[in-house]
Amino acid sequence: MSVSTRVRKFPFWSWVWFILGGLYFVLPLLATFEFSLTMERDVIGFKAYEKAFADKEFLETFGYSVFLATMTIIMSIILIVPTAYWIRLRLPEARRIVEFITLLPFVIPAIILVFGLIRVYSSPLNIPFTEVTLVEPLTNFQFGTNVLIIGGYMVLGLPYMYRSVDTGMRTVDVRTLTEAAQSLGANWYVIIARVILPNIRTALLSGALLTFAIVLGEVVLASFLGVTAFGPYLFLLGQHRAYEPAALTFTTFLLTWAAMGIIQRITGGQGQVSGAH
Amino acid sequence: MTQITLPASKMLTPRSNLRNWIGVIPFFLFALLFIFLPSVRLFVGSFTNADGRFTLENVIELFTQQYILDSYLLSIRISAVTALGGGIFGLLLAYSVTVGGLPKPLRSALITFSGVASNFAGVPLAFAFVATLGRTGFVTTVLKEVFGFNIYDAGFNLYSFLGLSLTYMYFQFPLMVLIMAPALDGLKSEWREAAENLGANSMQYWLRIALPILLPSILGAMILLFGNAFGAYATAYALTGGRLPIITIQIGAQVRGDVLHNPNLGNAMAMGMVFIMAISLAGYSWLQGKTERWLR
Repeated sequence: MSVSTRVRKFPFWSWVWFILGGLYFVLPLLATFEFSLTMERDVIGFKAYEKAFADKEFLETFGYSVFLATMTIIMSIILIVPTAYWIRLRLPEARRIVEFITLLPFVIPAIILVFGLIRVYSSPLNIPFTEVTLVEPLTNFQFGTNVLIIGGYMVLGLPYMYRSVDTGMRTVDVRTLTEAAQSLGANWYVIIARVILPNIRTALLSGALLTFAIVLGEVVLASFLGVTAFGPYLFLLGQHRAYEPAALTFTTFLLTWAAMGIIQRITGGQGQVSGAH
Repeated sequence: MTQITLPASKMLTPRSNLRNWIGVIPFFLFALLFIFLPSVRLFVGSFTNADGRFTLENVIELFTQQYILDSYLLSIRISAVTALGGGIFGLLLAYSVTVGGLPKPLRSALITFSGVASNFAGVPLAFAFVATLGRTGFVTTVLKEVFGFNIYDAGFNLYSFLGLSLTYMYFQFPLMVLIMAPALDGLKSEWREAAENLGANSMQYWLRIALPILLPSILGAMILLFGNAFGAYATAYALTGGRLPIITIQIGAQVRGDVLHNPNLGNAMAMGMVFIMAISLAGYSWLQGKTERWLR
């Protein structure tokens, strides 16, 4: 950036914009934090946090969201890594169509996705042209709902996960690694699990953390599919409590920050953007 | 390109190209089950009447039912306003930390913070803004007690168009920062030097060289911001509880229970949204192509 090597005067307007931006960032967090500390009259303390964390329902829903996030990340990796690997190695002609599909979630907002999922999977799956039921409606039992919501979360995270993995594979020479592993007698499983995966772990971690941040506070899919996850819990808590939701909001922010901070550190770059609003 | 010499015969023979497609079947199956089937179902439903026959009625109703039209317009207005506002503010911020002459560490601080804020949305974001600009919020109170200015007496309301826009801005301008910072880095110093050698001042450089080069990526980024706000549901629902009937909230009501008494009209409303999103994404990728000529 040699533009700035010229002698320049104090960048007044840059500071103005930066400070305004900083205020916009910080004030809502400061306000939330300040509010969450004032649960007891005339006392500044962490009472709201104690109460919020001690709630059995919080532990259950938060644990469930962590479970969903973990499953989403694992399934995404199992689905996307071999696909991206295969396209790089053997099927470059599929690149365009697969990349196009990974961008579709940008066109289909979460509310539309869940609408479509409910429309399709709330009726039983029959063998075509017969009345023989293969699978009961997925929305009717817990395992089916889990499959639906994890699949939905995989869709929401797809653009970021795919791009992370694909970028990661671009920086390591997948082809040479594969040939080397093969000449040493490795099979496909060993190549992917023990050669490719460790080499793209930075990319995987950044995709995983972003997925984690998206799933943890997600509320649309969870509430419409009737899953008792953290997002809907926080929403309901906000209906009849004041201080505990503020405490949990601030905690969510810290968790998001931790996830993004780690991504920033390991990729050393631009950070990633998502859109589960 | 797909050919490589192999020591063993373990790999699939490179000749059978069709067999290579087997490797991507799981991905296509996933896309079919979780993206295509749901979308196709909504699409087909939009053109089906209660008896299961083809009809254009649902689509026509989108344009004739005033409240549906109003919802679309409200969503479009709020998305456009926050895309424009967030876009301009985000651009200025990105400018300040890239070519604007601020110290380097501020740049990485801003980028990290933008990554956090663009991901901090939905219910927590709504709560944070209630704590900030709500009736007893932090900023409201400070303004009232320190400056004697009551924003609610002055007509401000967090649960209104303006309030929701301010809340959306929290994830909008950080997204702009994340997109525009690399683009501003792409401005070559030679361009500026050349312009100065020819006697251009700073204003002329920006208006006649930098901005025209950046314009496609600025517009493209703003389109992304538009789509970002257009698809938002949770933030608006948590903040206003459905009192601002943007289109996502109307669709949400339709999913919860058939409030329109016509499930297929709900499908049509959803497809209308997808249509608008698809147009924006097409516009974005078109502008993306224009950008790559100069900024790489």
